[in-house]
Amino acid sequence: MAMNRIIVITSGKGGVGKTTCTANLGMALAKAGKRVAVIDADFGLRNLDLLLGLENRIVYTALDVLAGECRLDQALVKDKRQPNLALLPAAQNRSKESITPEQMKKLVRALTKAYNFVLIDSPAGIEMGFRNAIAAAREAIIVTTPEISAVRDADRVIGLLEANDIKAMRLIINRLKPSMVEAEQMMSVKDVQDILAVPLLGVIPDDEQVVVSTNNGEPLILGKELTQAGTAVSNIARRLQGEKVPLMDLSVPKDSFFKKLRQLFN
Amino acid sequence: MISDFFERLFGSREPVSRDTAKQRLRFVLAHDRSDISPQNLEKLRQEILEVVSRYVELDFDKLEFSLESDQRITALMANLPIRRVRTNPLEPDSPVEESEDAPKLELEDGAVELDEVVEEASETADIPLD
Repeated sequence: MAMNRIIVITSGKGGVGKTTCTANLGMALAKAGKRVAVIDADFGLRNLDLLLGLENRIVYTALDVLAGECRLDQALVKDKRQPNLALLPAAQNRSKESITPEQMKKLVRALTKAYNFVLIDSPAGIEMGFRNAIAAAREAIIVTTPEISAVRDADRVIGLLEANDIKAMRLIINRLKPSMVEAEQMMSVKDVQDILAVPLLGVIPDDEQVVVSTNNGEPLILGKELTQAGTAVSNIARRLQGEKVPLMDLSVPKDSFFKKLRQLFN
Repeated sequence: MISDFFERLFGSREPVSRDTAKQRLRFVLAHDRSDISPQNLEKLRQEILEVVSRYVELDFDKLEFSLESDQRITALMANLPIRRVRTNPLEPDSPVEESEDAPKLELEDGAVELDEVVEEASETADIPLD
């Protein structure tokens, strides 16, 4: 029996898609039959509940568990669409300092007794909230986009994870725009990989459908027909479980010779 | 007209922003990763230039001196164009002439106490977890 997996999803920079990745990866792993707990470590600015569409079902938060006001299982929000998935909500009216790394470890340790995967959604930044999020993790997924600010912050986070003995790190490059890469107006997957030198877990193409699924509180993964981004996330979940899945072909279909010729004379 | 035709056929070679991004990232990451303070880097630069200048006359307008980083390895890159070689090397204590055009700026009521701020920043950076 393999050891339970405790994975922190982090990025340094905000707005690169950490929470969306956590929600979708959690859902994909649950769909694959794994028992998954997702923890929102973003105290004060929680959003994982919204992306999962579970915001109306929160009764207790992680802080109530720690204060002894409820049991851990009472705070967990079980997903009705996917019973293998449960959310441990963060407190919204408290700050990142209201919980300690030790307390986070305690919560995670308890969760590993009942769940195969514990995914921790880290807040942006490298301060207390980040320290709490990584405290219990054995592995890390670093999410970045192919933009200089996101890559720079990812690099900083990689250094901090190394310093804290989290060596099992893998990279997700999110919101890649293949047509821009082709026009050499965006860094490519290889460019980002060369710079960060962390093994690649997957590439998720930019997809407007993500906005729609966020609006609806229905992770992409739940859709009947997966979009390209949905397939990319599902592949990432398979790779996380040790399966060898080749990277999706994201190259832009080439214009035909005649189309080019026509453009030339227009 | 003909060149225009070829340009449209093969695409023109303007510098692409992808390369600019990579270049800028390499530079900034080298500094982020190395943890060398800008003051010490400047001192290092001064001292290297002093040593090199004893033997050759450098073109100070065209020199490049920077940290660069790739594959998590940081390198000190120096490009020191030589105007001419000195037949008689200078003695170690002779000064290096580098024009300083920038006016000296000073705060009116002396030094600002920055210690506290700096202290806090480095605390966050170290993350001493047990």
